[in-house]
Amino acid sequence: MACFLAPAAEAIVVTVIRKRVQKKEEAANKAGTQVKSYTENVILWSRKLGWLNNMLWGGVFLLAIEHIWHGEVVPWPPFLTAMSNPADIHPMLMEILTVGGGMVVFVTIVWYLGTRIIERRVQNAQVKRAGQGA
Amino acid sequence: MCLLLTLLAAAISTVLWKSGAAKPAWKMGTLSLMYWGASLMWTVDGIFRVADGESFFEMTADDALLGLLIVACGIAGWLLTLWVAHSKAARVAARHANA
Repeated sequence: MACFLAPAAEAIVVTVIRKRVQKKEEAANKAGTQVKSYTENVILWSRKLGWLNNMLWGGVFLLAIEHIWHGEVVPWPPFLTAMSNPADIHPMLMEILTVGGGMVVFVTIVWYLGTRIIERRVQNAQVKRAGQGA
Repeated sequence: MCLLLTLLAAAISTVLWKSGAAKPAWKMGTLSLMYWGASLMWTVDGIFRVADGESFFEMTADDALLGLLIVACGIAGWLLTLWVAHSKAARVAARHANA
């Protein structure tokens, strides 16, 4: 019905957080001092959040197309067809909470695990390079 | 079928991204992550469908057509982000040239 609204809300939050993190990183870079939490990570947080952003906005965009195809989203108010029938509002909200919430949790877990694996690989490559240089 | 086609598109774009076959300027990672995000979301949708007694995959011609539309829209959205990024870079370059 409108399950994509939950990941859409997360995408908005992540976009705002990413902008702030990016500004902090740029400021730290200009000042020549790096924030401790950033230097501890091999890959910048703004980049990692960018990956999550792409997954969320991309998924939301494609799911919105699917909902338009099924007639669940229309270009005129109230935009969600379930909203025009009061009996459908409660099931729609439940679907946003359950299916949409599940999507939010699943995508975030996969992103977190993916970034951990990539970071570990980069760290290992750096250690190997340092070992060869010594 | 829609999920399968999106997964296939995600796999192909990931191979193109990671193999270096596509230029970095093409930002294949963006396209790949778009398809992966949608695939993960539909996987959750499928799990809930199974819990409701329906099948995980919808193997109909209508759903296959939707899958093709999704893949096409993914490419269109990716091209749009490329165009926006390109015009933004061009504007910044022009500003620097004028300064």
